[in-house]
Amino acid sequence: MRNAFAKQITELAQKDPRVVLLSGDIGNRLFDEFKARCPDRFYNCGVAEANMVGVAAGLAMSGLRPVCYTITPFVTYRVMEQIRVDVCYHHQPVVIVGTGSGLSYASLGSTHHSCEEMGMLRLLPGLAVVAPADALEVRGALKAALRHPHPVYIRIGKKGEPVVHKSEPEFVIGKAITVREGSDACLLSAGTMLPVVLEAADRRAAAGHSTKVVSFHTIKPLDTALLSDVFSRFRLVATIEEHSVLGGLGGAVAEWLADQRGSQARLLRFGTADEFLHETCEQEHAREHFGLTAEAIAAKMMNDE
Amino acid sequence: MSATATDASAADLGRIAREIRFKLVEMSHAASTPHLGSAMSCVDILVAAYWRVLRLDTNKPADPARDRFILSKGHAASALYATLAKRGFFPASLLDTFAQHKSPLAEQPAPNCAPGVELATGSLGHGLPVGIGMAIAARIQHQDYRVFVCMSDGECNEGSVWEAAMFAPAQRLDRLCVIVDYNKWQATGRSNEIMHLPSLVEKWRAFGWSACEVDGHDIAALADAMRRTPDSSGKPVAIVAHTVKGKGVSFMEDDNNWHYRIPKPDEVAAARKELGLV
Repeated sequence: MRNAFAKQITELAQKDPRVVLLSGDIGNRLFDEFKARCPDRFYNCGVAEANMVGVAAGLAMSGLRPVCYTITPFVTYRVMEQIRVDVCYHHQPVVIVGTGSGLSYASLGSTHHSCEEMGMLRLLPGLAVVAPADALEVRGALKAALRHPHPVYIRIGKKGEPVVHKSEPEFVIGKAITVREGSDACLLSAGTMLPVVLEAADRRAAAGHSTKVVSFHTIKPLDTALLSDVFSRFRLVATIEEHSVLGGLGGAVAEWLADQRGSQARLLRFGTADEFLHETCEQEHAREHFGLTAEAIAAKMMNDE
Repeated sequence: MSATATDASAADLGRIAREIRFKLVEMSHAASTPHLGSAMSCVDILVAAYWRVLRLDTNKPADPARDRFILSKGHAASALYATLAKRGFFPASLLDTFAQHKSPLAEQPAPNCAPGVELATGSLGHGLPVGIGMAIAARIQHQDYRVFVCMSDGECNEGSVWEAAMFAPAQRLDRLCVIVDYNKWQATGRSNEIMHLPSLVEKWRAFGWSACEVDGHDIAALADAMRRTPDSSGKPVAIVAHTVKGKGVSFMEDDNNWHYRIPKPDEVAAARKELGLV
């Protein structure tokens, strides 16, 4: 995903002289092409993220389109107030990209995990929160973000995530992408969980259950048209994300659902638990720890049907 | 863009500064707003900038070529508002609404709240990073405007200030200038005791700035120091302006109670007399 980001931002910067890339001392060699093509529009801001986000706001106020890029916790938790005041309060179209999101950097320990940041950022007025599913969605998300007149947060994984889409889907912020149709239950997947979610749907198919699968890539603003449709048609709707069950996609959908009249569908939320992960492990095992596997998702859903 | 300097004489500027100071006393009294001491301390910095240094056109407050001035110590917003009104950005009558219900002029400035206000401030440590972004934008867009950021000494407690202080010289932002309103007090005590600040000018110098100290109530000296931007060394400019909190009214000067105190009617009258405006 990060290579897709680097390629796409380089292409966009060549087309649009307003695009400026700010990095928090990360992406060794990743942006060599960008630096070669647009040497006056790449800034390594060092390990100083509060300054980086303020600088981005100042650039945006001057008519440029800055993109801040570093490891997720440092460009979200650490700079929450800069995002809130400098970017959101001033309605500046800054794009914030967190890399290695969720449990991507499981083995680095909880300092490098980000399972709460979508919940935090979702509370900021005017900020779109986007979690693309694969490298092709990253490209679409970045293009959409740089067209968007308001600030956007994009959480991406690291590298080597499976590519789900066959070609780049039309990516509209706030409009979820249906990946597979189905009739019994609906799975709403945020971010890089999508391959696992499709596998869970395969398992359900093998057991005779037809499952709709959606890449629900925008956590804010919610695609309420799609939610209204699936909650009226299906008995069971599940959210799946590499993020806490509190505050992220599951939290956002639960809040939305609480305001709806007469919905009969049951909502199941799959995500990380309200705890820090203390065990040393790779992403795959961290997902297992939190029940974020195709097997666990399919089993829990069948229990509930 | 109009010429940098107004044709006001030194005596005119002294009077303007005294009139602004009295306005601040009146505003604090009328609206029962705190931070009067902090506002009084930076008046001469504002007068030097707006009458002697900044390239601006009060009829075109959003001109892309204008020099930017960010009052990062947002708690002194009344001083910025009174300065902008005096300089002609908006009618002085707007100051009468300061901090009142539905006034555009809040106790600390909101985004685009009035012509000439560049940034919503109030949370400390934000003005310099944003100012750096504006300075980099000038370079990218081949503009030659300058960016001035006025901070308080208490504000220098914030880590983001020092992140920014390391970054600007690395980028050789020679069209950027910081002015620290060093009045030696912060909200609840001596700034030099709460944090280690006595070496403030050496700190800026060590961080790579072209740094100097001036009497923060000497308008001519302040203007000279600010006009060193852009600095021939290629470094950003830092001015440590030695000031007195509550400057201009004897019973407020260097008395930190005036961080929060509201002047009573007799104190307003006494201030008027002391400022020679009777």
